[in-house]
Amino acid sequence: MATTNNMTLNLKIWRQKNQTSEGKLVDYRVENVSPDMSFLEMIDVLNDQLVRKGEDTVAFDHDCREGICGMCSMMINGKAHGGFKNTTTCQVHMRLYKDGDTVVIEPFRAKAFPIVKDLTVDRGAIDKVMAAGGFITANTGNAPDANAMLIPKPVADEAMDAAACIGCGACVASCPNGSGMLFMGAKVSQLALLPQGQPESPKRALNMVYTHDTLGFGNCTTHAECEATCPKGISIEHIARMNREYLKAAFTYHEKNRSEGAG
Amino acid sequence: MSFNLDPKIPAGPLSEKWDKHKFEMKRVNPANKRKFTVIVVGTGLAGGSASATLAELGYNVLSFCIQDTPRRAHSIAAQGGINGAKNYPNDGDSVRNLFYDTIKGGDYRSREANVYRLAQVSNNIIDQMVSQGVPFAREYGGYLDNRSFGGAQVSRTFYARGQTGQQLLLGAYSGMMKMVAKGKIKQFTRREMMDLVVINGKARGIIVKNLITGELERYAADAVLLCTGGYGNVFYLSTNAQHSNVTAAWRCYKRGAGFANPCFTQIHPTCIPVHGDYQSKLTLMSESLRNDGRVWVPKKKGDTRKPADIPEEERDYYLERIYPSFGNLAPRDVSSRQAKFRCDEGHGVGPTKQAVYLDFRDAIKRDGKEVIAARYGNLFEMYERITADNPYNTPMMIFPAVHYTMGGLWVDYNLQSTVPGLHVLGEANFSDHGANRLGASALMQGLADGYFVAPYTISNYLASTPLEKVTVDDNAFKDAEQAVKLQTSKLLGIKGSRTATEFHRTLGHYMWDYVGMSRSEKGLKTALDGIRKLKEEFWSDLKLNGDTSDYNLELHRAARVADFIELGELMALDALERRESCGGHFREEFQTADNEAKRDDENFTHAAVWEYTGSNSSPVRHKEELVFENVKLATRSYK
Repeated sequence: MATTNNMTLNLKIWRQKNQTSEGKLVDYRVENVSPDMSFLEMIDVLNDQLVRKGEDTVAFDHDCREGICGMCSMMINGKAHGGFKNTTTCQVHMRLYKDGDTVVIEPFRAKAFPIVKDLTVDRGAIDKVMAAGGFITANTGNAPDANAMLIPKPVADEAMDAAACIGCGACVASCPNGSGMLFMGAKVSQLALLPQGQPESPKRALNMVYTHDTLGFGNCTTHAECEATCPKGISIEHIARMNREYLKAAFTYHEKNRSEGAG
Repeated sequence: MSFNLDPKIPAGPLSEKWDKHKFEMKRVNPANKRKFTVIVVGTGLAGGSASATLAELGYNVLSFCIQDTPRRAHSIAAQGGINGAKNYPNDGDSVRNLFYDTIKGGDYRSREANVYRLAQVSNNIIDQMVSQGVPFAREYGGYLDNRSFGGAQVSRTFYARGQTGQQLLLGAYSGMMKMVAKGKIKQFTRREMMDLVVINGKARGIIVKNLITGELERYAADAVLLCTGGYGNVFYLSTNAQHSNVTAAWRCYKRGAGFANPCFTQIHPTCIPVHGDYQSKLTLMSESLRNDGRVWVPKKKGDTRKPADIPEEERDYYLERIYPSFGNLAPRDVSSRQAKFRCDEGHGVGPTKQAVYLDFRDAIKRDGKEVIAARYGNLFEMYERITADNPYNTPMMIFPAVHYTMGGLWVDYNLQSTVPGLHVLGEANFSDHGANRLGASALMQGLADGYFVAPYTISNYLASTPLEKVTVDDNAFKDAEQAVKLQTSKLLGIKGSRTATEFHRTLGHYMWDYVGMSRSEKGLKTALDGIRKLKEEFWSDLKLNGDTSDYNLELHRAARVADFIELGELMALDALERRESCGGHFREEFQTADNEAKRDDENFTHAAVWEYTGSNSSPVRHKEELVFENVKLATRSYK
C-alpha cells in the first residue's frame, strides 16, 4: 500500500444550489491525492479545503462507503460510478487515475431523479416502484417452517443474483431512455423465480411496470448500458424475465384487480 | 434514585416466561388499533421490521430515516449471517444452546430472560424471512445451508452469500413498502431526529430536522420507537456508515432515558487496516472468513520477509495455539485482543506493523480455488479493490476495528426505556449482548425486537396507559424545537478556525488510544481530561459556514460531533468506573496470568445505567443487578 507518489487532479464538478436553480461545471484542483484514497475520500479532501476557505461544500450522497448501501452515485467522466466493472463510486480508488488527470463529476441525470443539490439527486421514485409490488405479502406470524418449501440451489442462486441490486439507480442514469427496467426487472425476476413469489406474480409485474411508466422512467430499448454499468453485475436477462411475466399477466390477469397496491 | 430500573422480568421458569408474558399482556382491540399512531425512528432491521409489523396490525406508523430511502440503513452492510437455533445440520443445537452461547459470549453481563427470548424467536425470524423471499444459501437438495461463526461449536448461521444483512434488510424494507402502499406507513426520508418530546412523563413525539431544507418539523404520537443503531462512529474511524450517529439516542438520554453500559464496544478482529490520515472509514472483512482462513504472524519480531517466504515453522498461528478447541473461530473480543498483543510485542506485519495475516493458502490447497471463490468471492474482490492485493495469492492483512456497540439506552423486558412510551430496539438498546456480541447475532436481535417482541409490548403499553390527547402545538413541542434552534444558532455563531471533522478526528484518537481495546485507569483519566478540553475548544473554535436555510452538510455534521464528544466523555467515565475486565471491556489492571479478561462478579454483575443530570453536573451511575438463575457464572474459556 503506497503512501507516497501523491497526485494532483483537476476536477470539473457540477454545482447547482437546488432543484430550480441553474447549474454549471466548476473547476477545482486537488493536490496530494494518495493512490490509496477512495474517490469519495478525495472529494472529502476537496470539501475540507472549501470549508477552510469559507465556501459551500460539494453535496454528494454516500453512506456505507463499502459498496452495499447504494447511496453513492455520480457520473464520473460520463460513466455512472466511473464505469469500472462491478464497482460503486465509493469503491473506486484513486490508483485508477494518473497524476494530472482531469475528471468530470456530474450527478446522475434522469427525468425520474430530480437534482436536489450539486451531485445529490432524489431517487424516491425507486421506493414508489417498489411499493407498487416489489414484495411478497407475508405478514409477520404467517410463515411456515423455513425448510417446508424446498428451493433448488440453482434457482436460489439465480434469485440471489437478481436480489443483489442495491437500488443505486446507475442503470437509470446510464440508459439513454432513463429507464428503470433493470432495477425493477431484478426485483420482479427475483420474486418470480421463487415459489413464495408466485401468488402475486401477475399483479406484481403489471403494477410495477405501470407505476414505473407513470413516474417518468423511459422504456427499455435493449441498449444494455445498464448491464454494463451495474455495480452488482445484474444481467438484462432479468428484464427479459420481467417482460415474460408482464406479457403472461397482461393476457391472463383480470384488470379489475389492478388498482390495489399501485403506488 | 429517580430511575425505575425494574427489568419487569416475568416470573416462572425461563422457558415459559415469554409465553406467560404474551398471555398476560393487554391487547388492543383490532378495531381500535387504527386510533393509535406510533413513531418509528430508523429503518434498519429493527425499525423496518417494527414499522411493517405494527402497520400490519393496524397502527398508524410514521417512519423516519436519515438516508434518501429506508433501504439504505446500515443493517445493509452486515455480511456474514444470522443465527437461528433450527438445528438443521443435526449438530445438537437448541434454543437453550443458543441462549447459553450468547450469555457466555457476552461474558455474563446480559439479562438471562431477554437472551432466552431472543433464542426462542430466532427460528421464527428465519421462517419469516424465507417467506418474504430472502434468497438464503441452499444445499443441492433445496434445503437451507448453514455455516459456523465465532463462539459456537455448532453451525447455526444462515447466510445469503456475503450480503446477508442486505438481503434481510431488503426483506424488511419490502414489508414496509407494502404497508406504505396501503397508506398505513407514512414515510419521511432525509430526516434526522433532533429531540424527544416528553409530555406528562411520557414520550409523545419528536422534533426532526429536514436535512434538505434545514427546517425543523414536529410529529406527535402515542408511542416512540427508537431504532437508530449504534454509536461506533464516536471513534471517528469504524466500520459504521457515515450517517450512523448517536444524536437521536443522546437527545433521549438528555430527556431522561438511562444510558446503559456505554463503554461496551465491540472491536471486530478482521478489518482492513488503517492506511492514511484522510481515511474516512474502515472496512470489515466478514467473520465467516475465519471458517477457512488461518490467522498468523511471523514468529520473528520485525520480520519483513514476504509472507510466502516465511516457512511454516516460523509462523505463529496464535489463535490455534492459544485456543485449540475454538481456534480461528474464537470470539471477537478475544481474537481482537490477541491481535493487538501480537502487534504490541512487535510481530505485526505490513507497512504500519499494525496488522496480522489472514491466510487462505491451506484452504485453497484443500478445497480448490473454486470452492473458496464460491464462499467468499465477493469479499476477496472487495479486499482487492481497496488494497490492490489479491487474497488468492497472498494472505489478507487485517487488524481490529470498532464495529458494534453493545451498550445503548437501557430497556426493560418490554424494550421500554426509563421514559414511558419510549421503546428502544436493535443496536440502539443495551439488552442482549452483554459485554461482547457473538457474530451473526446483531441481525437476529434487530429482527427479533422488531418482528416478534415490540409489536406485542407496544400493544400492551397502549392498552394499559392513559394517553391524553396531544398536538404539535403543545408547549412541550415548542420548547423542544426552540432548544434545537438555539443550539443551531450557537453552532453557527462560533466562527472559529477548526472544522467539525478535525474535532471528530481528535476525539477518535482519544477514544481509540484510551477507551479502545485496552483500557487503564491512567489512560481513561487522560481521555477524560482531553475530551473535556476538546468540548470547550469545540464550542469556542468551531469553523462553520452557511446558515440553516440550505442543505448545509457541515452544520448537520457539527451537531452530530457535538453529541459524540459528550458521549465519549460518558464512555470513558463508564469504563473507569467498571473496575473489572469483561468481554470487550479490557482493563489492564484486571487480567489473569495469561492475559485473559478477569471479571469481578461480586461487585460488577450489573448493568451500569447513567442518568443525565444537566449540563453542569456529573451524570449519576445507577445499577440494574443481573440475576443468573439458570446459568452458572464461570470463567469464560475457549481453550
